[in-house]
Amino acid sequence: MSNQTILEVKNLKVSFDVASEGDMPWTKAKKLQAVNNISFSLNAGETLGVVGESGCGKSTLARAIVKMVPAESGEVVWLGQDLLELSNSETRPYRKQIQMIFQDPLASLNPRMNIGEIIAEPLRTHYPKTPESDVQARVSDVMDKVGLHDNLMNRYPHEFSGGQCQRIGIARALILKPKLVICDEPVSALDVSIQAQVVNLLMDLQEEMDLALIFIAHDLSVVKHISTKIMVLYLGNMVELANSDDIYKSPSHPYTQALISAVPIPDPSVEKNKDLILIEGDLPSPINPPSGCVFRTRCQKAQEVCANEMPEFKSKGQDHNVACHFHD
Amino acid sequence: MIVANKGKIKTMAENLSESGAGRSLWKDARIRFMQNKAATISLFILLSIVLFSFIGPYFAVWSYEQIDWNAMGSAARVGMPSIESGHFFGTDDLGRDLYSRVIQGTQISLMVGVLGATVAVIVGTLYGATSGYLGGKTDQIMMRIVDILMSIPYMFVLILLLVVFGRSIGMLFIGIGLLSWLDMSRIVRGQTLNLKNKEFIEAARVTGVSDFKIITRHIVPNLLGIVAVYATLLVPGIILAESFISFLGLGVQEPSTSWGALIKEGAGTISYDTEWQLLFPLAFFVVSLFCFYFIGDGLRDALDPKER
Amino acid sequence: MSLLDVKNLKVEFETADGIVSAVNNVNFSIDEGKILAIVGESGSGKSQTVFGMTGLLDHNGRATGSVTFEGEEILNLSNQKLNQIRAEKISMIFQDPMTSLNPYVRVSEQMTEVLIHHKNLSKSDALKQSISMLDAVRIPDANNRIRMYPHEFSGGMRQRVMIAMSLLCRPKLLIADEPTTALDVTVQAQIMKLLADLQKDFGMSIILITHDLGVVAGSSDDMLVMYGGEIMEIGKTESIFSSPTHPYTQGLMSAVPRLDDSEERLITIPGNPPNMMKAPEGCPFSPRCNFAIDTCSSKSAVLSKVNDNDHLRACHVAKELIS
Repeated sequence: MSNQTILEVKNLKVSFDVASEGDMPWTKAKKLQAVNNISFSLNAGETLGVVGESGCGKSTLARAIVKMVPAESGEVVWLGQDLLELSNSETRPYRKQIQMIFQDPLASLNPRMNIGEIIAEPLRTHYPKTPESDVQARVSDVMDKVGLHDNLMNRYPHEFSGGQCQRIGIARALILKPKLVICDEPVSALDVSIQAQVVNLLMDLQEEMDLALIFIAHDLSVVKHISTKIMVLYLGNMVELANSDDIYKSPSHPYTQALISAVPIPDPSVEKNKDLILIEGDLPSPINPPSGCVFRTRCQKAQEVCANEMPEFKSKGQDHNVACHFHD
Repeated sequence: MIVANKGKIKTMAENLSESGAGRSLWKDARIRFMQNKAATISLFILLSIVLFSFIGPYFAVWSYEQIDWNAMGSAARVGMPSIESGHFFGTDDLGRDLYSRVIQGTQISLMVGVLGATVAVIVGTLYGATSGYLGGKTDQIMMRIVDILMSIPYMFVLILLLVVFGRSIGMLFIGIGLLSWLDMSRIVRGQTLNLKNKEFIEAARVTGVSDFKIITRHIVPNLLGIVAVYATLLVPGIILAESFISFLGLGVQEPSTSWGALIKEGAGTISYDTEWQLLFPLAFFVVSLFCFYFIGDGLRDALDPKER
Repeated sequence: MSLLDVKNLKVEFETADGIVSAVNNVNFSIDEGKILAIVGESGSGKSQTVFGMTGLLDHNGRATGSVTFEGEEILNLSNQKLNQIRAEKISMIFQDPMTSLNPYVRVSEQMTEVLIHHKNLSKSDALKQSISMLDAVRIPDANNRIRMYPHEFSGGMRQRVMIAMSLLCRPKLLIADEPTTALDVTVQAQIMKLLADLQKDFGMSIILITHDLGVVAGSSDDMLVMYGGEIMEIGKTESIFSSPTHPYTQGLMSAVPRLDDSEERLITIPGNPPNMMKAPEGCPFSPRCNFAIDTCSSKSAVLSKVNDNDHLRACHVAKELIS
């Protein structure tokens, strides 16, 4: 596992224009800041877990990195090249190296193509001159890697279960041997026993192929299990970034602390006796976020400075970064 | 402790593979279609009619333009359907064999209907899919063009074209073809908008598949269901349009004929005791249209995703 | 006497491909003031069990067996009689509050309707009680919020409204079908705490259906584990978590990643959830079970005692052989 930095995201911002109810056709649209100034770096073979609840912008972040949604400003530097500077056709060759798997396993597969064709598509798209026998061999190979029998090649997606569909999606993502796979909630729609299979599979493949992963999920237990480091988002902003163990052992941001305490532990003696940190209230509207620190409206530690000044995201030592005026 | 059992996984995989080759959604739909009695019978009848239009001429005694001088002018007395005279369906007022003329009419009407629908489907699908997928201003402009074309009074324009440029099958095609793809493009665009946001389209874009390939490989195949249904409903619509034109006297040139023209002639002589002149072409016309509608209905039920 | 007694409950559906058995031979009971969790994955039959009990099955579904509530049989009662029991005695909340609430009607109307219909209250009295119930579920500014429409509430708030509605008639039993599955984890914590507090205040029993073992551990007194329409293990929550004796329960617990644990690898259950259209003979878990013996694929196991009276397991293989 090399320690080469492959991806560097710098000050990425993504916003959308939204119309509210009751707007006239000529009313100026309001701005929804979905991703606000996110920066991080990722090394080869590492897994970055991205956690946050609804509206935190994690899905938008993923799509901005692969240029499925336009970024407002910032840089996405892949192996030294800022992808956001490139045109669509210039970006295309980079798509061999960055792939994605999705939340709904069945919906991410074209119902009219058999899975052999689905898995072969990236190969045929980027290397159209590959002879058919080679294509078949590569498909067979990657199907074996994800635990699918290769005589299932002619089957159609609806003939498979959720877990198997996700394996097909993974096979499709891996056929070009990418360096980074972005996983957008890949196990949320699966049963618990199947989640474990897919998580194990991803970890095995990561080791085998020296893959970096960006693993986006709302289930903190799963994310901690698979990630090297974890980034916590709230309303489009980074609140904390640290190694997985550190995030659990010493969460410094009040939101992270509340998030961790809220995760139910499958052990009655632990769960029934734990100190639950409850955050009251609702998520503020992303069109009208609170001034200063976006979390202050629900934070027990909030003081005047929190409303006036946005806390800087800075290091407190040992690769542990927090954005809070009063972090632990 | 329970350990992941590779042997068990393999057995299960093998069990899955034993049940045969892939069962595509088309196969499922075909099975459901075959279970629909009305649709299957209609398909059979329609195919018989088509077959009849190919084989029928071999049994004809008279050609479609030959005049039987015996029957001319006295169709009511000697022009009745009979096997001996060779006029299986009788004759028309000019003494022409109705059997051959009905066959001719069937050929022409079906051809206009099917070819017209085919052109409408191809143009409408590509136009609608492209407009829907590209979205934004392109979509707006393309759809406004459709709106404008749709507001043209169809029949007037068609009649005008036929009167100005003369009657011919070619002109009929152009006139009908110009306007029948519009509905299809609207329907296809709607479906495309629906499909555009599905995750498998997103997956294709992240992979780097070109827009053209996404439209042809991912969007169009998933549209074919709804397109097939509307196509079978488009055919009778075109046949009706052509029949109406012919009924007005502006259809295909004599001695060629179509169902519409035959019905016009038959309706004109109905008080002269020559019912067969109306009934035969009318029967073919009505039965064929019914068949298309039942098949369309059957297709819609068979392809309905809720049935899955 | 227990509040609810379910004996030999069986739920079947008539489909074009034959009869599908969704729930098979389910027996359990719940006492007053207790919380029972029903745990299972897809195809386990956990939701169909409660739908069958309360007469909410689809038109092609049939429930047989016996369900006694406060000593009286309620299974397959007429809709009219069941409507009396619903809301007043047994209340239910569902996973997606958006589809359980009518989007075209204000919350105030939806809530007062329950009280007017079931308790014959006047409009103003019904409104007063509804507002105080919204306060009880900690909706801020309940006085004004009650006149809003469901879509104006956030997901967590809507679920609170659902809970408030379900408690208006002070039911003895509240059935919660995956009430927090669609919610964020911090909101889930709020809702589960709310339910626990309300349970203490109002004294109702709760049947909590979920697939989340963490929620079960934190909120329930007793639990039952279902797979393929049958009960695999049933008993006190603490007892089952400390010594799960059924291969499926053990598999489930090993497959769940724990925040406070850093095992290298999750231990998985091989195979896929059952296809209820092609249910296997015998124990539904046998195709995926590492300890299965011949009897397992021909005969379903009957619930038998583990140690004390309350902990039961349905397995042919002795518990000492399973670890």
